[in-house]
Amino acid sequence: MTQTVETHVPVPAVDSSVGPVSLTGGVEALRDPAAVLRIPHLPEDVDEVPLRNPDGDDTMIINMGPQHPSTHGVLRVMMELKGETVLRSKPVIGYLHTGMEKTGEDLTYLQGPTNTTRMDYVSPMFNELVFSLATEKLLDLEVPERATWIRMLMCELNRMSSQVLWLATNGMDLGAVSMMIYGFRERESILAFFEKTTGLRMNHNYIRPGGVAVDLPAGWRDDVLRICDVFPGRLDEYETLLTGQPIWQERTQGVGIITADECVALGVTGPILRSTGVEWDLRRDAPYLFYDKVDFNVVVGTYGDTFDRYAIRLNEIRESINIVRQIVDKMPPGDYRAQDKKVTPPPRGRIDESMEALIHHFKIFTEGFKVPEGEVYVAIESPRGELGCYMVSDGSSKPYRMHIRGPSFVNLQALAHMIRGGLLADAVAIISTVDPIMGEVDR
Amino acid sequence: MAPDAPAGTEAEAEAEPEAPPPPTLHGVPLSESRGQDVAHPDRSQYFELIRTLKDEGFVMCVDLCGVDHLLKPNRPLPDGVTAERFEVVVNLLSLAERRRVRVRVQVPEGDARVPSIYQFHPGTEAMERETYDMFGILFDGHPDLSRILMPDDWEGHPLRKDYGIGRIPVQFKHPGGDR
Repeated sequence: MTQTVETHVPVPAVDSSVGPVSLTGGVEALRDPAAVLRIPHLPEDVDEVPLRNPDGDDTMIINMGPQHPSTHGVLRVMMELKGETVLRSKPVIGYLHTGMEKTGEDLTYLQGPTNTTRMDYVSPMFNELVFSLATEKLLDLEVPERATWIRMLMCELNRMSSQVLWLATNGMDLGAVSMMIYGFRERESILAFFEKTTGLRMNHNYIRPGGVAVDLPAGWRDDVLRICDVFPGRLDEYETLLTGQPIWQERTQGVGIITADECVALGVTGPILRSTGVEWDLRRDAPYLFYDKVDFNVVVGTYGDTFDRYAIRLNEIRESINIVRQIVDKMPPGDYRAQDKKVTPPPRGRIDESMEALIHHFKIFTEGFKVPEGEVYVAIESPRGELGCYMVSDGSSKPYRMHIRGPSFVNLQALAHMIRGGLLADAVAIISTVDPIMGEVDR
Repeated sequence: MAPDAPAGTEAEAEAEPEAPPPPTLHGVPLSESRGQDVAHPDRSQYFELIRTLKDEGFVMCVDLCGVDHLLKPNRPLPDGVTAERFEVVVNLLSLAERRRVRVRVQVPEGDARVPSIYQFHPGTEAMERETYDMFGILFDGHPDLSRILMPDDWEGHPLRKDYGIGRIPVQFKHPGGDR
């Protein structure tokens, strides 16, 4: 790499309410729109694509993936190489496309979270949340306070597990294999709590329209606080292991630089946008749930390189621990789901004694509840960026159209611009730093 | 683009949407859906509206998707907007003002094409490809309009309402011999 950056310290947490003003967008904002490799469509009678450029220069097009350990799933990256330098590249996706948006049109609103939770399988709570928030906005349904706090608790824990999994896989990609083992170990402690609460390690279907599926289990406070007590020390160990280490710094600093203008032009959100110094976090800038009732910092970077994104994700875990502690303090007693008989199923005990409860239960689970006609877009901050749900209802019990705006899908477009001009070995670091979850990219 | 598309300067004058006459945004009908602003340009106004909104601060296009309204022809729309089969829905975000606006363009079935907004928001490249892939809506001026999620040789556009949900035919055992 030709670009060098001075050794920088872990990114400080910045909390300022001034948003960016002078950002421009458009193709002009890109340093080089030609960074994206576009293979011209071949005539019908050509059977194979020549590996070498017929013009005689020594560039070569190779495919990395879809079966490659450092592509985080089934991502395929076409790269045009000159020696070891990547000239142009293009992510090719769709290998995990299972038509989840189409499936979503055939599931009732109560079944919907089972579908969306499988999109971003590393942070399933967020997918369930965005679907539920969109449904509730269409229903104009008020969710009890406790349910909202439980949702926040689960989401922040999920953010911690997602970011720590990213640390693990990113470490593995860059050769710090011990980090992978540690990261997975930490994640497991959170998944164990999820299993205790929801019954499943992943794909929980826990956050549903109207509230959450079940109340927190007995002793949840101790479990959560234990996680909060263990994590900070472990994060300090990771800092010792990675942050100050010369090899880690060489591999990450000045690699995969992207500017704020490019991020905005490409619609990139989340840690990648924040690594360029743009303070944009929907939890603070468009508060949903009760994020306006907790104190936390928005962590931003300076250089927009891989190291900044690493430092942001690491420090976001610390902020999440901070939020979780506040949630534990503020958790009110009360209902864990809305007491709207048309939306939430009656308690099990009522079904035995009340005919109406039995009818409601039957209706909700066979036919589903009807949602007024309308359309709505809801966005939340997932660990990867803005996770949005555009939902159109035609007044029936199934969404007429359910579109999920996956942050990985959009962020992946920044890949070609970040890789351009770098080394093939750095491409691995950059793919990892985008943190694409292919289930969400392909849906 | 079109004769009735307002130029940027005169559009600024009538920018305020609140008024007893039907609210407009840069000369485009504006409605409200669950507290969110929705603009309904026609296809000739769409390109200019996105440009004007971008100059106004809506610098990020967070989402672009299609909707097939085949089964819902009588949906509520503001006066002056003709319902067509397809809709392209664009979600714009202003980082400075922390505001969102949604743009819904009606796209007729017979001529399913709209201008691409790639040159204003390069991030729509993948989204427009997805919309093309799923609905068959063509985006004029897109640098590489090809299938993105489905295989290149796939026939049909899966998220259209007349595209059936795949089912595996139930295979019964051989009807049985002697019994």
